[in-house]
Amino acid sequence: MNPALQGLITIVVGVGGCIGYFYLSNQILDRVIFPATGEHAGRNINRANVVRPWLFLFPAIFALGLYLGYPVFETLRLSLTDRDAGGAFVGLANYSQMVSEPKFWEAMRNNMLWLIVVPAAATAFGLLAAQLTDRIAWGNVAKSLIFMPMAISFVGAAVIFKLVYDTRSADQEQIGVLNAVWLAFDGGAGSFILLRLVPALILLAFAAFMGYGIYLSLRPLIWGEAERGGGSWWTVPLRAVVALGAAWLLWLSLRSCFAVMTVALPYGQPQTWLTIPFWNNFFLMVVLIWIQTGFAMVILSAALRGIPEETIEAAVIDGASPIDIFFKIKVPQIMGTIVVVWTTITLVVLKVFDIVFAMTNGQWETQVLANYMYDKLFRANDWGVGSASAIVIMLLVSPILIWNVYNARREMR
Amino acid sequence: MSSIAGTKSGLTWAVHISVALLVALWLFPTLGLFVSSFRTADQISSSGWWASMLPSEQNRTLRTADPAAQVQQGALWVIEGNLFEGGTPATISAWGTSSRDIAAYAPGETADLGDDGRLTVEANGDYRLENDQEFSGRRGQRVFATARTPPEFTLGNYRNMLLDPSNREGMTRAFFNTLTVVIPATIIPILIAAFAAYALAWMRFPGRALLIAAVVGLLVVPLQLALIPLLKLHLAVGIGKGYLGVWLAHTGFGLPLAIYLLRNYMVGLPRDIIENAKVDGATDFQIFTRIILPLSFPALASFAIFQFLWTWNDLLVALVFLIDATGETTVMTKQIVELLGTRGGNWEILATAAFVSIAVPLAVFFAMQRYLVRGLLAGSVK
Repeated sequence: MNPALQGLITIVVGVGGCIGYFYLSNQILDRVIFPATGEHAGRNINRANVVRPWLFLFPAIFALGLYLGYPVFETLRLSLTDRDAGGAFVGLANYSQMVSEPKFWEAMRNNMLWLIVVPAAATAFGLLAAQLTDRIAWGNVAKSLIFMPMAISFVGAAVIFKLVYDTRSADQEQIGVLNAVWLAFDGGAGSFILLRLVPALILLAFAAFMGYGIYLSLRPLIWGEAERGGGSWWTVPLRAVVALGAAWLLWLSLRSCFAVMTVALPYGQPQTWLTIPFWNNFFLMVVLIWIQTGFAMVILSAALRGIPEETIEAAVIDGASPIDIFFKIKVPQIMGTIVVVWTTITLVVLKVFDIVFAMTNGQWETQVLANYMYDKLFRANDWGVGSASAIVIMLLVSPILIWNVYNARREMR
Repeated sequence: MSSIAGTKSGLTWAVHISVALLVALWLFPTLGLFVSSFRTADQISSSGWWASMLPSEQNRTLRTADPAAQVQQGALWVIEGNLFEGGTPATISAWGTSSRDIAAYAPGETADLGDDGRLTVEANGDYRLENDQEFSGRRGQRVFATARTPPEFTLGNYRNMLLDPSNREGMTRAFFNTLTVVIPATIIPILIAAFAAYALAWMRFPGRALLIAAVVGLLVVPLQLALIPLLKLHLAVGIGKGYLGVWLAHTGFGLPLAIYLLRNYMVGLPRDIIENAKVDGATDFQIFTRIILPLSFPALASFAIFQFLWTWNDLLVALVFLIDATGETTVMTKQIVELLGTRGGNWEILATAAFVSIAVPLAVFFAMQRYLVRGLLAGSVK
């Protein structure tokens, strides 16, 4: 049968079935089971109204339970069994096999990199774009152009950026923008400023920011202010963990700063960007940042507009500079929204699959968890380890899940 | 406000320039693909796409007409014509007859080819090849020309990828397969979610708060978890890999967001309308179809766009639940990934294929951006 025809029939059957289900079940409820006539009319109406919500909800609950609820438990079960042994229970054998594979740790490391870089960069660019476009006449046009990549599939974006990263041998004309730009650098003063000094300064700024973060998170512990700010006992380890993470990032950025200044750059040779280990991860991340910045911009721009004008006017009258107004007045007021944007992008990053699958397929040390899982499930046909890695993704997501549910419940009260 | 600070003009200019830069940076990659899809394979591999907007210097290998075209003028045998006959016209800045020295002569000069005669080439490609004896051989004289070619674009790639039924790599079938996946997968979840959202927003029953919390939780469950159990289930109940499976899967995966968005919107509808309708004797079913659904149109449109973009752009769900070994039901994203593997260097094919798949979502995006933004705001700002 022609798929188009099949599709049409499905639409008719599906939509008709849905409408028919809702209409008929309501009719049966009102006319047959609990008719609103006769001596028990009042009682019947009440009973019908007790049942009706479940009629409305049944298809949704059924689909959600079957397609999202059941798989969580089934995957957990599969991760503890061995398919080849006829589904016998093997305890944590799949997990121990998984953690003994270097590819898994490569995927974990890359996922952590993605988790740090992509949400941070997308949110920062989004905030910058939102702040800049809010004040100019053609801001809406600019916004919709920056927002546009949201509509482009990850696969389409992968093709777009493969063209950007394309490499030809040195004697040919370069058709990838990045290589064309790269070959314009010759190791002179301009190259020094753009490729060494500017990145080093950015890294230094980041390091300083991290240092400030460490100071902020440790200050209450040092000065014994923990009791004052409503801090309870569990904030102490949390602060310590945050400070440790920041210290690690500080160390990393200082080290990279040193590396950037000293590394020998291969000027004049076209690079195959996607095969340079470690750094190729960043070239893949650029794709997702490019897509997600528009999302961050739209949300943050709405939040920026929601800031009460009086607070800004007061700051202007007090003589605050535009930079001060932005960082000390505006950003703190939209912190909640920034967190929401950050977590939403984090969720996207945790599930990122198409970009890596289409651009490198995890070669050259670019593996990520979702692609590792796909590899295990459908290439190696190892359902046990595949399910185990799916559970790892679920575990990484669950803090956000709990936080979201907690917030939703608090709001409803 | 910034005028109070007294730095208005300078700052405004900085803002304009930075926004222009940002927009250019964001647009540049897509533009590259778009332009490339209108160039021939030769053009793409001989110069970067950014150079295609301007006339380009190209080294071209051309050939005079073959000796059969010669005419006798007095004592001379002559072949005349234009080097660009049947091709694109260009302006020659230098030319030569040997591949070792392709810029030996300027336009208008005459090259002495010994036994092969004398060749004069003009800037516009007109040439005159004359000889004292009759030309022999089957092929014309080769001419290497450095020519300025005006920008040139072609629709040939699209013709090849979309209209050529013999092209196994064409996108037509994949395009219709994608459409077949997308339409039911967009409409069905909306219907189911609308009823559920109404119940969660306006009906009182025990466990409602718990259900809402469950929906919020399911919102972030990675669909990776669902792949194996559901594939196993589909194979066990006989759905197998096919359209039905992928429709059901997309419905299931789209429902949490649909219910969440629609419920948030419906809760905000004025209570009076619904209570008045109840007083007038309307049943819940009537209230839902006559009042709630029409009023919720913006939220329905928002979700429809989300689900449309998501199903159209999806690769993973189609790979797992739809595409079987025969590949008959391939979708566009899968087709592109396949082309990336087999035709990695053929940018005219890749660019065109990618742009065919991008064009529809882009059109929807620009037409319905308002609803998309509204949906995003409702979905994430709390």
